[in-house]
Amino acid sequence: MNRLQLNRLITPLSRIKQHGYIFVANQSTAAKKEPEKLEVFVDGKPIHVEPNTTVLQACAEAGVEIPRYCYHERLSIAGNCRMCLVEIEKTPKPVASCAMPVMKGMRILTDSPLTKKAREGVMEFLLVNHPLDCPICDQGGECDLQDQSMMFGSDRSRFTDNQFSGKRSVEDKNIGPLVKTSMNRCIHCTRCIRFGSEVAGVSDLGTTGRGSDMVIGTYVERLFMSELSGNVIDLCPVGALTSKPYAFTARPWETRKSESIDVMDALGSNIVVHTRSGDVLRVIPRINEDVNEEWISDKTRFAYDGLKRQRLTAPMLKNRDGYLTPCDWEDALSVVAEKIGRSTGSKMAALAGRFCDAEGLIALKDFMNQLGCETVCVEELFPNVGASTDLRSNYLFNGTIAGVEHADLVLLVGTNPRYEASVLNARIRKAWTHNDLRVAVIGPKLDLTYTYDHLGDSTKVLAELSSGKHAFSKILSSAKRPLIILGSAMFQRQDTESVYAATVSLANKLRSSLADENKEWRIFNVLHRYASQVAALDLGYKPDVKSIIELKPKILYLFGADEGLIKRQDLPNDCYIIYQGHHGDRGALMADAILPGAAYTEKQGIYANTEGRAQQTRLAVTPPGKAREDWKIIRALAEVCGLTLPYNDIDDVRSRIDQVAPNLTRINTIEEANYFKQNADLLQNHKTSFTDSALTPPITELKDFYMTDPISRASLTMAKCVKAVEEQLKSRHT
Amino acid sequence: MLLGGHDKEYVHRDTPMNNPDVKFDFTPENYKRVEAIKAIYPEGHQAAAVIPLLDLAQRQHGWLPLTAMHKVAEVLNMPKMRVYEVATFYTMFNRDPIGKYHIQVCTTTPCWLCNSDGILKCIERKLGIHVGQTTKDGLFTLSEAECLGACVNAPMLSINDDYYEDLTEQDMEQILDEIKQGKKPKAGPRNGRRYAAEPFDKLSSLTEEPKGPGFGIRSDL
Repeated sequence: MNRLQLNRLITPLSRIKQHGYIFVANQSTAAKKEPEKLEVFVDGKPIHVEPNTTVLQACAEAGVEIPRYCYHERLSIAGNCRMCLVEIEKTPKPVASCAMPVMKGMRILTDSPLTKKAREGVMEFLLVNHPLDCPICDQGGECDLQDQSMMFGSDRSRFTDNQFSGKRSVEDKNIGPLVKTSMNRCIHCTRCIRFGSEVAGVSDLGTTGRGSDMVIGTYVERLFMSELSGNVIDLCPVGALTSKPYAFTARPWETRKSESIDVMDALGSNIVVHTRSGDVLRVIPRINEDVNEEWISDKTRFAYDGLKRQRLTAPMLKNRDGYLTPCDWEDALSVVAEKIGRSTGSKMAALAGRFCDAEGLIALKDFMNQLGCETVCVEELFPNVGASTDLRSNYLFNGTIAGVEHADLVLLVGTNPRYEASVLNARIRKAWTHNDLRVAVIGPKLDLTYTYDHLGDSTKVLAELSSGKHAFSKILSSAKRPLIILGSAMFQRQDTESVYAATVSLANKLRSSLADENKEWRIFNVLHRYASQVAALDLGYKPDVKSIIELKPKILYLFGADEGLIKRQDLPNDCYIIYQGHHGDRGALMADAILPGAAYTEKQGIYANTEGRAQQTRLAVTPPGKAREDWKIIRALAEVCGLTLPYNDIDDVRSRIDQVAPNLTRINTIEEANYFKQNADLLQNHKTSFTDSALTPPITELKDFYMTDPISRASLTMAKCVKAVEEQLKSRHT
Repeated sequence: MLLGGHDKEYVHRDTPMNNPDVKFDFTPENYKRVEAIKAIYPEGHQAAAVIPLLDLAQRQHGWLPLTAMHKVAEVLNMPKMRVYEVATFYTMFNRDPIGKYHIQVCTTTPCWLCNSDGILKCIERKLGIHVGQTTKDGLFTLSEAECLGACVNAPMLSINDDYYEDLTEQDMEQILDEIKQGKKPKAGPRNGRRYAAEPFDKLSSLTEEPKGPGFGIRSDL
């Protein structure tokens, strides 16, 4: 039983309702007759499958895995590798099972002499032109060609190079700093091409030439310009496309794998962190159908080398000359505690950044509250209007990421999902491709990899839409299941209250006209940029950086706050700044004391993604040097200050979190948040006043996507990506 | 040259003749043709016009520079890569500069049996080029082609759009001389004895009267 089902059982249904529920309801209300299932026989075993399943899928349902190279369940069917040949009784030839729909009474033989011979033949042909370089190939150990030739290939080779002409050789392509190509190894499955054109929406890759001269590549020398390009590494069944930063680093059997969560954006993509002797060697995706399917963005995959640079490895205190010098924990804690002890709680403030886990957040909040400080804030703002952050539904991506596939219209307001949440954008593209999803955008004209109705980028459009006067209003109100996605960057605007109120009132208007079967559909969504934001708001952090500046604090506790929203000159001269975090970035630069914390790969921590889904990272490597887990640092500091936080281990911290925000301890579930009407009522008295500035998201270009936070700013790979994109933009081959 | 032994590369490399800065645009007359060709295909399936448009571009420019492919991609609103794929797949798209007259000599079995080697040697001698090369004056490019489907009139070759058939070495010299003089040699069979692909003398098969319906069918049906 998986964790999700378990959670359903142990939690009273009245409190938690899975968001998946509404989709189930939708399906059942549709008065469609269930299509009759077909009976087919796989190796004599009868099995009932839906019509239109392929022979390969039917075999999978029967528990028989058919070898394949070109077939991939998330890509279109190509049917060109021929590895999935099986015998079907009463057919003259073996058939390609990936492309063959089942027919009634089909008798599929996956283990017959003909099938075996067909597979051996295909393997032999593939290997004719495949180099024998497994010992120096990075795919070795996780190579489909290796595995399947062991399983299904012949036990000897008939390949003789009679004319000493050698095997087919193909020039390697340079498609960027992330994907290394070794095109001799390519078996022409075309998965990478199909991924590019179908999922990533970037048709840079293709086949050129024909027959035995066919090559995969870009034809002209250019970069594979996609924010999801790293996924072709996982898709490639052989060693033709491998990871450049990971090249010649390790074999898969040498690494320790930790299932974890990504924090580079607010989606919480599921990842596996591969480590060896305390080093993060690579990050690859983990399948979670509700979040990232099996894709991750290039920042998620490749920014890990930033975890080894610019790290804060020892506590530091400013000496008399104004330089930060390393010291012991004891010294650091006692000096900081002394400073805190000399100040009063009302003159203190804390600011949490984008990478903070819920454990650290609750510890800091408890600590500050016990000191009498109430100014405990997060970096991303939120409009202080209506119920503001008091109602969870106001700041969550209520419609859920998977819900995008059930929507028929998506309205993007001031967000560029392609670079703020790349995997979500792939999901929107998927729905746009398969479900005829209509997308409308309020913001600048950007390449989102799908077509959309561009409504303009001024606030006027938003006002007109919410009052129903815009030309698009009719289409919007006729949508059965619309989603409005508001980018969290819009909260940094001057007129954020009005933008927010207009969006909410629009969503509420649409909600009231939903058909009965869609009554549970959630229209209003906030797409966050920071991984810690939702958990911080759940725990009661204030989204109000300005209040810190207004307070003129004597003590400022920066908890991984690196966005540079508060500058030294904004604060009084005698303000003592404590920075706790893992990277020497903007926050550490202005600090008087530094307490080195752990990055997301170095701790077990809870993060809630933009949907409010709680997920946890796991400890893959230990924090470097004297760095410690964040909640432990705060716990220790509190102790030195003479305060005792009521927790001694992570379970205690989590039970404390459970008291404040129980949804955060229910891993991989989304707790219902549903007070849209109440919030809209509260907003009714808001007087809208828009500024003239356009609703422009912060990242509009690919080159700005790579370096957005302390980890990716420290990453060499990401810097190379920025450079490669800049060069590509200058290149004559666009 | 690729190790496979073929004379074409399937990767673009910038050359002074062929690079992204080469100017290419359809002429106004050809734009009319572009519209006419596009109109053949249903709405939403205009990308299917890529082959005729590439052909049009090649006819206009003599060969197919990279920028012509870009133009076609732009006209059809499709990714450039998809155009590259088509242009590299078909051997009749010449992605490198080519002589004004492209001589493609068929050397497949029936023509070979009828002395296509002799024809090829004759051209090589006459023009001083080998297969895959272009004369210095840019007039002729010589290629070997696989069966061009005129085996009855072997040996044969094609010069641009015209087939020259039933060739002898003298015919070949005459054709090349005429082209050099700026004339257009008469296309088709050269031996003066036939009009197209009919038998030399009289019919050697199907000589009797047609049998009519019902022939060879069982009597009880």
